[in-house]
This record gives sequence, C-alpha cells and structure tokens, in this order.
Amino acid sequence: MGTTPAPVNPLNSGDIAWVLTSAALVLAMTAPGLALFYGGMVRRKNVISILMQCFMCLSIVSVLWVVYAYSLAFGPGHGFLEPYIGGLDWFMLKGVDMTAPSGYAPTIPGQAYMIFQAMFAVITPALVIGSFAERVKFSAWVWFTILWLTFAYCPIAHMVWAADGLAGHQWGALDFAGGTVVHMNAGIAGLATALYLGKRIGTNKPGMHNVPFVMIGASLLWFGWFGFNAGSAVEAHDGLATSAFVVTNTATAAAAISWAACEWIFAGAPTLVGACSGAVAGLVAITPASGFVDVGGSLWIGFLVSVFCYCMVAFVKPKFGYDDTLDAFGVHYIGGLWGALATGLFAVKAVNSGGSGVFDGNPGQFMIQVKACLLTTIYTFIMTWIICLVIDKTIGMRASAEDETIGIDLTQHHERAYTILD
Amino acid sequence: MKLIVAVVQPYKLEDVKQELYAANVNLMTVFDVVGHGRQVGVDEYYRGAKETGNLLRKVQLEIAVNEDFVEPTIKAIIKGARTGKIGDGKIFVLDLPRCIRIRTGEEGSKAIG
Repeated sequence: MGTTPAPVNPLNSGDIAWVLTSAALVLAMTAPGLALFYGGMVRRKNVISILMQCFMCLSIVSVLWVVYAYSLAFGPGHGFLEPYIGGLDWFMLKGVDMTAPSGYAPTIPGQAYMIFQAMFAVITPALVIGSFAERVKFSAWVWFTILWLTFAYCPIAHMVWAADGLAGHQWGALDFAGGTVVHMNAGIAGLATALYLGKRIGTNKPGMHNVPFVMIGASLLWFGWFGFNAGSAVEAHDGLATSAFVVTNTATAAAAISWAACEWIFAGAPTLVGACSGAVAGLVAITPASGFVDVGGSLWIGFLVSVFCYCMVAFVKPKFGYDDTLDAFGVHYIGGLWGALATGLFAVKAVNSGGSGVFDGNPGQFMIQVKACLLTTIYTFIMTWIICLVIDKTIGMRASAEDETIGIDLTQHHERAYTILD
Repeated sequence: MKLIVAVVQPYKLEDVKQELYAANVNLMTVFDVVGHGRQVGVDEYYRGAKETGNLLRKVQLEIAVNEDFVEPTIKAIIKGARTGKIGDGKIFVLDLPRCIRIRTGEEGSKAIG
C-alpha cells in the first residue's frame, strides 16, 4: 500500500491510468490480434470476412455495451432474476459515474471499469467467429453477435461477476479475468454453432493461407492479455496486478513450449502455428487463475493446458468429425475449463486473500469451480443453439453453397484481400 | 502426345482434381490466372463505388497425356468443372511434339506417365 489515497478522494490516479491502459490493451487483442490470428488460418478467399467480423464485433458491441449491455451484465438485478441478469437501471450509463467509483473497484471511476469490461464483451463474441468461419452469412453473423451478447454473454457475466450474481457472489466461484465468462463461454458457443451449421464444403482443416499473420496475431494477443489479466486487478497500487502479469507471461511461455513439444513427439515436427496455438491456450488457461496462483501454479497450468488442447485438436476432433474451423472450442473451451478447474486446485491465499484452492487446504473450492463450469457450459450451449435456430429459420444462417465455394470475401463483401496482378 | 490446357473456375478445382484422379490422371500443373471470356463476374466495391469489368480469377491446368488418355481427361475436366453457367471455362488441346523426363533422360510416351 505505497500511495494511500487521501480520504476525501477515493480515486487513485495510478489505478485509473493502469485500468484505462489495460482497456486499450484488451482492445488490441480483438483488432488486430485475434483478427490476424484467425485471419491467417483461413483460406485466402475468406480472410476479409474474418477481419471484417472482428472489426465490426468491436464496433457493434462497443455501442450495445454503453446503451444497455453493461447494465444487463453488471447492473443490479431485480426480483427472481436478480442472480441471473441485471436490470436496465444503468441504461445509457445512467449513474455510471466518471468521477466516482462503482461497487466493483473502489479506486477508479465507474466509467473506467465499464470501458475496461466493454473490451471483454467485445472479444468474447469475436472468439466464437473461429468456430463458424468460412461458411456464415454476414447478415446472420450480425444478428448472431447482437443476440448472443444479449442472451448469452450478459447473463453469464452477471452470474459470475456481478455484485449479486449466482455463481460468483452466491456460490463463491473464482474467475479472475474470465476463464468461464469469456473463454469457456465462447468455446462452448463455438461448438454449438459448428454442430448446428455442419461442415464446410470441401475441407475440414484450417486453410493456413498466411502463417506470419498467425504469429503476429498470437503475439498481439499475448501483449494485450497483460491488460486482460493484470488489468483485472483493477488497481495498480499493490501487488496483485504485478503478480497477475508475471503468472500470465510464465504460463503462456510454458504452454507454447509444451504444444511445440507435443507436436514434435506426436507429429514429428514443431510448427510455428502449433507454438502460437499453445501460447493462446496458455493465455486462456491462466486467465481465471491469474489473480490467485503463484509462479509454481502457473507453470503447471501452462505446461498441462497444451497437452489437453493438443489432444482435443489432434485426436478428438478428427474422431468426432465436427468442423470447429479454427478450434475455438478445442483451445478456448478446453483451455478455459482446465484454467477454471486449476484455479480451484492451485489458488493460494498468499497471492490473493479472496481465494484458496485444494492444494492450499480448501478442497471445497474445486467443486464450486466444477459447478460454475457446468452452469456456463449448459446454459450457453442451449442458448446458442436457440439463437442459431431463430436466425436460421428467419434470414438463414449459412451462405449458399455457391457463395461458400467462391469465397465469403467476394460474395458477402464484394472485396478481396489479395490480387494476382498489380 | 497432347497437352491439355483447361481454364476453370477456381472453386471447381477441387471437383476437377477428384474427377481426374477417378479417371486415373494423376499428373498436372496448376496455375492461378486472371482473364475473362463472356462472363461478368462478382462485382467488387471500393468504399461504396462499384467496380465492374475486372479481370476474373481463374485456375489453369496443364496436363500432358498420351493419345489414349485424351478423351478420358477431357471428360473428367468437363464433369468436374461444369455448372451450366457462363464462366465455366474452356479446354484447349495442343499437339505435344516432345517430352523429356529430367531425372532419367527418357523421352516421349514413357516420360509422360
């Protein structure tokens, strides 16, 4: 507690600066980070569709968030719905102050917390893009994003993070920066969309048209993730942000190494795309744990997550044959699941008095984590399926077979990324 | 010996390849090309302004075959590439005077397969 704020003004300028900076870092995760990571992995006839969806996700969710979505996710709930979803009390940011703190972070203004959370709401539906890439109509995607944010993201965020939420407040589930809310949530939604839409025509693996994009994207995700995890401390005046920063970097590095090692052992050669996928899996897994575990825990989380995700992507997916185009389910759901459960194992009071896990003498925490994971999985899978059904029966979800074979870029956006001549 | 040159829609390449394999034609060279015949392609937009008349993206295959493979190859390409719409492409059949395999120095029919 180096700089105790004056009692009259609870705000801490260092904290505000860090949280606003973190919000900008998390923005960079979606565009250009995730956009390039995913964009490089599709066939070149579909790269614009991925970039466009990521960019428009940033734009659409940013608007919805300030109008009503922040209120649904973090605002006070009412009546029997209170633990599940917020009301519209904070419609148009009414009462979300730029000079006074909200209940979520005592030393920064309510609006700083709001804009930080906005970037989380932006990246979550953007992650889902990876599962239905290369075959969805743009108009269907727009509606999917609006409906999914409203009916899947906001309730789960409320249940896990809101002051009166079911899983976080009532059960005591630990999710520091969004392992369940962001990654499992997006991953299970991805599986639902991939199953609903069926396979792409003529291929069942990523096209990998630009591997350098994948590496640039993964590196920007790693960079931005410091805002995601260390920023989730929503302060910078004591050690939590620093600790989260250190464990985030450690787990990510460990996971990149172990994915490359898995490939080397099982497939014969370590690949750049594999190392990048491992880094992303590590980032996903450390997310819920980043404010609760020490360096030892982060190494376990990082080294093991790539083993689980690699098995999922390399062995399980081909066996079941679902076309999770860019492995949003295989990496984000499985990584998020491992991270959420690992938080229940490796959380230590020495890092954060708010959480302790099995190895810290609190065996009950593990079952609470399991409950929160089941809640997210079941709720979001069903809700995503319903959203797909509604869109499909009204405007149609999937691009026509001809449009899909010609490419989503040219048929949905009348634009192409690369020329042959000039 | 003939050299069969076919220009087809890029998104039909996979189908053409499958048909060629089914006809036992396993050797081919494939190029990205642009051009246009009578087809008007998918319009592109630049900041809201429509641009038409662009050269269209096509795929060109070159397949060197012995005489008895000429008809099966042509049939396979048509089967794979045909949609019935303008823009399906064309097939050109050229005489091929010589063919040499670099590795062995073999010439003619033996070098093709």
